Amino acid sequence: MTRDDLLAARLRLLEGFISRTEITDCAQYALQWAGEVLGVSRSICLVRAAGEQLLITAGAFGFAAAKGAPFTVSLEDWSNPLIVALTTRSETAFPAVQVPVDRRRRPATPFQGAAFHAIPQQALTEGDRRQGRERSLLYSIINAVTDPILLTDTEGRLLIANARALSLFSAAEEESEGRRGAVRMNNMLLSSALSSKAIEEAGAARRELLLVNPVDGSDLLFELLSTVTEDSRHGTGVVSILRNVTDLRRASEEIEANYRRLRAAEAQARAESDRLNLIIDSVADPIVVTDAAGATSLMNEPAERLFTMPIHSSALEQRWVQANDAHFSSFIAGMLVSADQRRVGEIGLMDPRTGDAMPVEAIAGKILSEHGELNAVVTILHDRREALEKARLYEQLKEASDELERKVQAATADIAQQNELLRRQAIELEQASALKTQFLANMSHEFRTPLNAILGYTSMLQQGVAGRIEPGVKRQLSRIESNGRHLLTIINEILDISRIEAGRMPLQLSRFRLPELVNEVKAELEPIIIRSKVGVIVDLGRGLRPITTDRQKVKQIVLNLLSNALKFTHHGTVSLIVGHDAAEKTVTIAVKDTGIGIAAADQDKIFEDFRQLDNSPTRAYGGTGLGLSICRRLAQMLNGRISLQSELGKGSVFTLTLPLRGRK
Amino acid sequence: MKGNADRPRVLLVDDYPDAREMYSEYLQFSGFDVIEASNGMEAIQKAADSRPDIILMDLSLPVMDGWEATRRLKANKRTAGIPVVALTGHALAGVSEDARKAGCDAFVTKPCLPEDLVREIQRVLDEGPAGSKKPRRSARHAKTIS
Repeated sequence: MTRDDLLAARLRLLEGFISRTEITDCAQYALQWAGEVLGVSRSICLVRAAGEQLLITAGAFGFAAAKGAPFTVSLEDWSNPLIVALTTRSETAFPAVQVPVDRRRRPATPFQGAAFHAIPQQALTEGDRRQGRERSLLYSIINAVTDPILLTDTEGRLLIANARALSLFSAAEEESEGRRGAVRMNNMLLSSALSSKAIEEAGAARRELLLVNPVDGSDLLFELLSTVTEDSRHGTGVVSILRNVTDLRRASEEIEANYRRLRAAEAQARAESDRLNLIIDSVADPIVVTDAAGATSLMNEPAERLFTMPIHSSALEQRWVQANDAHFSSFIAGMLVSADQRRVGEIGLMDPRTGDAMPVEAIAGKILSEHGELNAVVTILHDRREALEKARLYEQLKEASDELERKVQAATADIAQQNELLRRQAIELEQASALKTQFLANMSHEFRTPLNAILGYTSMLQQGVAGRIEPGVKRQLSRIESNGRHLLTIINEILDISRIEAGRMPLQLSRFRLPELVNEVKAELEPIIIRSKVGVIVDLGRGLRPITTDRQKVKQIVLNLLSNALKFTHHGTVSLIVGHDAAEKTVTIAVKDTGIGIAAADQDKIFEDFRQLDNSPTRAYGGTGLGLSICRRLAQMLNGRISLQSELGKGSVFTLTLPLRGRK
Repeated sequence: MKGNADRPRVLLVDDYPDAREMYSEYLQFSGFDVIEASNGMEAIQKAADSRPDIILMDLSLPVMDGWEATRRLKANKRTAGIPVVALTGHALAGVSEDARKAGCDAFVTKPCLPEDLVREIQRVLDEGPAGSKKPRRSARHAKTIS
């Protein structure tokens, strides 16, 4: 090629540069030009971006399509022959075997696997080299750090990253989709973390950043330390160091959980201990807990009173406490050496407050660990004084009770004997009563038989059955007759009383009119009335209905009352007054006289058996004294009563009150 | 001992001679033909032999008492028609009841005056023979001395 041709070619090259704006177009055009004009068969143009330690392909010529693909070469990659070639001044031949194959860390060069000869045209300056070495050293250092280290620009773009950071934030095209996805996610998380905080705050900021491990998809927790760096040449950047705290966090969480558990267990233990203390303190009996060596480890307040010295204790009190201590220690020592799990014994203590003997029942139990080792001995002391006192009192009570029982038994036997006696007496009485009734009945019969003859013959003599009788004899005969009749009355009255007492006076109810009965009575007593010269007035009242009762007994009562009135009335009148009380359903028959009367003090006595007020042998009035007694009994049999109003010397009113309708 | 056919015949049974004699004398005085017996057995025999118009029967009798004698008289067809008037010194309520159960037609309590007894005999005889078709009123107490 001539000099002019060469000049023309250079002009063409310049014209080509002028017409192109993109650096890659220019580079590609230049390499094309060199191939055509200078006969360069294969060439690559690498450019270094300002401020970066990277060489980026701007163009390639003479390579197969695959090998001419754009690639990047780090200036710190000292193992890359290209970098070595670029930084070496002299010509260097690179044998094929010199290049180690590490696809992940060192991107392929067009010279990979091939031997080549490097002729430096424009060597790097010495300064550049030194800087290059320092950088290389720096890269080695940051690569050696296992924590990811990054330098990003203000827009979050990655400028420098160490190997660990690259594994998190960069992935080659050929990597799996999962990993690339993880890397994209990590980049987003990082730029978000940096943009939100790091730029705004000057100085170091520290926070947590959760990333995804591209290898297995697990969570990785990092502590992000980012510092903004100001560089006059390269502008503002952010240096971030990520410290893996995943394990640390887990450990810390575990520690925290353990701590919480510990705290809870401790609180529970304290609560239980408090509760136990409360229980022990609230027990009135002394409780002592002794350890395996026999030393006291716990005692409640009642126990303290027994085994600890009071503050201002006298010598005597001290001796009592010491004696208690010695007794108790001896008991515990016995317990410790024995194989018994439980032991009950009696200890003779002293009450240190009073110096009184205080026998206690000691109940001790061993507390064993899971492995059967003796942990403690718990002893409860129970004051026996009260129990002993109670036993003593019980014994006394029992004695008293036994004594009482003996007395009661004796009394019961006595009562039984008395009852038997009474029963026999009652039988005897009943028999005696029956005998009396029978006797009276027989007596009555025996009286009547001769009386029958006396009265009968008297009557026959008076009638002149045996011939005419002189008037004087006739008068004497009438005396025999009246005395005989009186004797008969007495016999009849005695018989009535014995019949009533024997319950052999049955009621025979009938319905009848009282006026007829009253007139009958008056008619029967007519001879006496005539003799007595006393006026008898009968007042039968009005509107009187028939009554139902035992007619014969009513008649007997009225007869008796009227004959009594006639007997004790010497002048004046005797009134028979019949009345009735509709509201009370009763009738009354009153016998009113103007006779001798009865003193108030004597009014009850006259109703008693065989009672006449004048009991003297020479009494003025005859009679058995049974009449009123029989009347009162008969009235009671008819559910009625006899009442008396009387004044001595003025007269008496006997009133018989009967129910309109009597009951059996 | 056959008497006048016009005079009613009375069999008087009583173990107490004074009473028997007294009533007998008065009954004869009053116009009765009187046959006497002193115990129940004798009374049955005399009632069968003499066919009296009426029997006055004391109840407390030796050998055979008045109740038993009355039962036997009333059980015998030949004597069942003769009225029996019980005559006793027993005054207790049960006695007259027992007498009525034994078959007595009337009951008189001693003491009874001879004239009262005669009135009662007359009353019973006027009512007609015992066991006749004419219904008789229930036996009543004769009037006794009170």
